[in-house]
Amino acid sequence: MDLTPPPVRRLHEHAPAAPAPARAQPSSFVSAPRRRARSQFAIDRMAIEGVTIAYGDKPAVRSVSLPIRQGEVLALIGPSGCGKTTLLRSLNRLTELTRSASLSGRITLDGADITTLEPTALRRRVTMVFQQPNPFPMSVFDNVAYVLREQGARRPRKRALEGLVRDALGRAGLLDEVGDNLDHPALRLSGGQQQRLCIARALAAQPEVLLLDEPCSALDPQSTQVIEDLIVKLREDVAIVIVTHNLQQAYRIADHVAFMYLGEMVEYSSANALFTAPREQRTRDYVSGAFG
Amino acid sequence: MGAATAILPPQRSARDSSSTWRLSDRVGLAFCWLLGGLFCAIAAAIVIFMLVQGIKYVRPELLVTRPAVGFNETETGGFLDPMLGTLIVAVMSMAIALPLGVATAVWVTEYGRPFALARTVESTVEMIAGTPSIVLALFGALIFRHPALGFLSRTSGHVVFGRSFFAASAMLSLVALPMVVSATREGLQAIPAHVREASYAVGKTKWATIRRILLPTARPSVVTGTMLGIGRVIGDTAIIVVLLGATLNFNGAGDTPLLGTLKGTGSTLTSYVYSNSPAGEGNQPTKAYAAAFVLLVIVLALNACVDIVARRGRANTWT
Repeated sequence: MDLTPPPVRRLHEHAPAAPAPARAQPSSFVSAPRRRARSQFAIDRMAIEGVTIAYGDKPAVRSVSLPIRQGEVLALIGPSGCGKTTLLRSLNRLTELTRSASLSGRITLDGADITTLEPTALRRRVTMVFQQPNPFPMSVFDNVAYVLREQGARRPRKRALEGLVRDALGRAGLLDEVGDNLDHPALRLSGGQQQRLCIARALAAQPEVLLLDEPCSALDPQSTQVIEDLIVKLREDVAIVIVTHNLQQAYRIADHVAFMYLGEMVEYSSANALFTAPREQRTRDYVSGAFG
Repeated sequence: MGAATAILPPQRSARDSSSTWRLSDRVGLAFCWLLGGLFCAIAAAIVIFMLVQGIKYVRPELLVTRPAVGFNETETGGFLDPMLGTLIVAVMSMAIALPLGVATAVWVTEYGRPFALARTVESTVEMIAGTPSIVLALFGALIFRHPALGFLSRTSGHVVFGRSFFAASAMLSLVALPMVVSATREGLQAIPAHVREASYAVGKTKWATIRRILLPTARPSVVTGTMLGIGRVIGDTAIIVVLLGATLNFNGAGDTPLLGTLKGTGSTLTSYVYSNSPAGEGNQPTKAYAAAFVLLVIVLALNACVDIVARRGRANTWT
């Protein structure tokens, strides 16, 4: 009598082997390897004071107050739809592009209420990088030079701009890769390179504050790491605010973290404190993955 | 992560095709193939018939001789004037339709306020697109006969003739306008909102964004719309017959060299084909075939250009 069972096709045996992850993910926040020491200097640049933002009569952000400092990275975390992107976009008045949006409270940049500034002037001082890499469909050079040129001006002084363009690309860590051929079409770069080009573009305006809206969510782990390193390096010159869904990323690169939930800011403290010893129960639930 | 992501979906083999489908699905598929093939066959038949007919009669000297009055084919000359006429109306009407169409598309897509006005403009453009060109021609015949527009055509005393290259091109630009507007709108709408915001977020104004980012990005669409518009313009007959006069040769008004020609009457390849078809007064079908051949080649070349431009424009995509 043959007792051999019929052959069973097991997916985990027959499927091709999974490629091993390039680097082990940190198993807990405490063991994350790339946590940087706090910067020595932190200068207050922007202040969010009791800001409430509503779309129509639906409030998206409810009386949030936060400081934004040069020399540190501020991360906004929270579940989807908690208002963190809206808050970020209000910092350079991009929310005003949405017709139904209304804002109360005060946001200041170096002591001046941002509503008293020209939007275009403000947005050159507070630039932004988006979730999707969105270089303009032109050459790498023109992408950066576009920011340096006057409103709508065509292409004056290509030579004169080259130094500034290379400088911005260098600060975004892209110069080594594209320096030989600045005429390369930007949309043919890889996703990570495109995103660093967008950062270079944002830096070319010599901003005081850099806003990053989930800049790594469309990127692979390696590009993510490059950009994270870049962000930490940049914080000395620019105040950085980053919205992220990736808690480990927030832990790795942020100095301060604000946890938002349903439009409210639940907790604001140093990254270490927020992730290792959250004060609020909701924060504890979120950072431990209870809801997301 | 780990083992769970390593499980790949079952690979579809190349032979896993319609042979496993239900009978009704297979019949449907065959029907679709049949229809597709039928349309290709009809199109190919028209093109091949016209090309074969045309190539029999088209001779190089036809392209460089002007039409003449005569009793048989050796006397009636070629179609130099109609060809130049086609070129003139194409250039003039696109000179009107292109800036107007792009401006309309930009305003509707990028500004679009007040909302009611934008909607009205949209439906107006759609209405023009649906209007038969003979109706536009009649309308034009009324307008351009107005004494105030007498400087655009031949006048004698207080009577305005109302037929000229100006009049025909102005009405033909309305035929091309909807093509330009809709192609430009599609091009602009295909640009993701975050690309616009990226421009605003480095302190650029709306106008600078439109001028330097959006229009250059939408350029392949604008070019496509322009070519489709030219195709419509050079293929239109009704407006030419009504508003350009029925003279096969240029018949200038006044002595000013270029302006006189443009104020005068003339013909295009379409009106030449019509005039020489069995229905027209010329009735020289071989000449009509030859001219139709040239027209067809121009239109096919335009279509090929549209294809190339559209294919190149596809490179501009965001992840």
